[in-house]
Amino acid sequence: MKIQVLGSGCPTCEKLFEITKQAAAELNIADEVEYVKDIQQILNMGLMSSPVLAINGKPALVGFTPDVEKIKTVIKKQIS
Amino acid sequence: MSIFYPLQLLVDWLTYSVFRIAPQTLLADAVNFFVYDTLKIFILLTVIIFVVSIIRSFLPPEKTRKLLSGKSKYTGNVIASVLGIFTPFCSCSAIPLFLGFVQAGVPLGTTFSFLVASPMINEVALVLLLGLFGWKIALIYIVSGLVIAILSGIVIGKLNPESLVEAFVFQNSLNTNTVLPQMSWIERFAYAKDYTLDILKKIWPYIIIGVGVGAWIHGYVPTDFLARFAGSSKWYGVPLAVLIGIPLYSNAAGVIPLVSALTEKGVAMGTTLAFMMSVTALSLPEFMILKKVMKTKLILLFAAIVSTGIIFTGLLFNLLLK
Repeated sequence: MKIQVLGSGCPTCEKLFEITKQAAAELNIADEVEYVKDIQQILNMGLMSSPVLAINGKPALVGFTPDVEKIKTVIKKQIS
Repeated sequence: MSIFYPLQLLVDWLTYSVFRIAPQTLLADAVNFFVYDTLKIFILLTVIIFVVSIIRSFLPPEKTRKLLSGKSKYTGNVIASVLGIFTPFCSCSAIPLFLGFVQAGVPLGTTFSFLVASPMINEVALVLLLGLFGWKIALIYIVSGLVIAILSGIVIGKLNPESLVEAFVFQNSLNTNTVLPQMSWIERFAYAKDYTLDILKKIWPYIIIGVGVGAWIHGYVPTDFLARFAGSSKWYGVPLAVLIGIPLYSNAAGVIPLVSALTEKGVAMGTTLAFMMSVTALSLPEFMILKKVMKTKLILLFAAIVSTGIIFTGLLFNLLLK
């Protein structure tokens, strides 16, 4: 499973990266959460908001930063 | 009767019976003003931000782009400006937004209309105007904001700005058939709730301080005191207000309540409008971010055109609202 946070490096994006790492740790997911700062990659997904949480290359959350629980739900949904 | 009449009764009761401040004193006046304005603004903010967030959840920028691509020049400017009101905008999204529009073939002029309207006409500014100045001024603000956004975009489009955008911007062209994660109504409500709380958390100190200083001015500064410096007869009031407004972006929430009290003391309405537009539309941090995709000359041009529009609007309203 590939978990990526894509963002421009703004505080909101940093926060999403931090809580996604926390969510992955709480779910015992060994994979590294990757932080992508290349904005072109956001655009190549067809998106225009930052930050983005992408799982296996697919956008799962776009343009806002929810809490840890919500991220865990999103990740779990992708696993099943 | 205003819908806030019950609130005024509650605040009167608080001021005179609970806090036991003698009526008709400067202190009573200031306290009453502070409590009433703060409560009213928070009620309005909660309701309006929530409603706007629900609308927003239907209008992500990706959808906006789809609505904009393939539109003719002038129609594009108008639609971009209107959509700018509802599309969420934060400076972290300025770059992906700009690239996303341009690489999907949306003309630069149209993109600029959007970049002006989106931060200028936002729900926080709208609420504060509605709460502190009434619906007429709020409406004037929206309409003149739209006009400025539309015209700025058209003017920039005419100036052939393509050469002033960094070359890499045009190197990619995008597929725009995005499949966004679907949202259920429950998720929309959750999103709206989170977003509303997030905004309130961010701006409440500014509002309290802004209204607090405003209340002090309301109670203690003599009426017309400021008319000498910033009344409508002073031509330099408007350009000066615009200049001061540029670095104040993040404090829009505190600036507007403060300005409302200043207006009461004689600052001309057009000057106030121009100031608020400058605070929201012209933002130094956003300009810094945009430097990654466009040359400084284009940013300066952008700032100059929007400033001119705002100054013109301010002067016009000083003439009209005398």
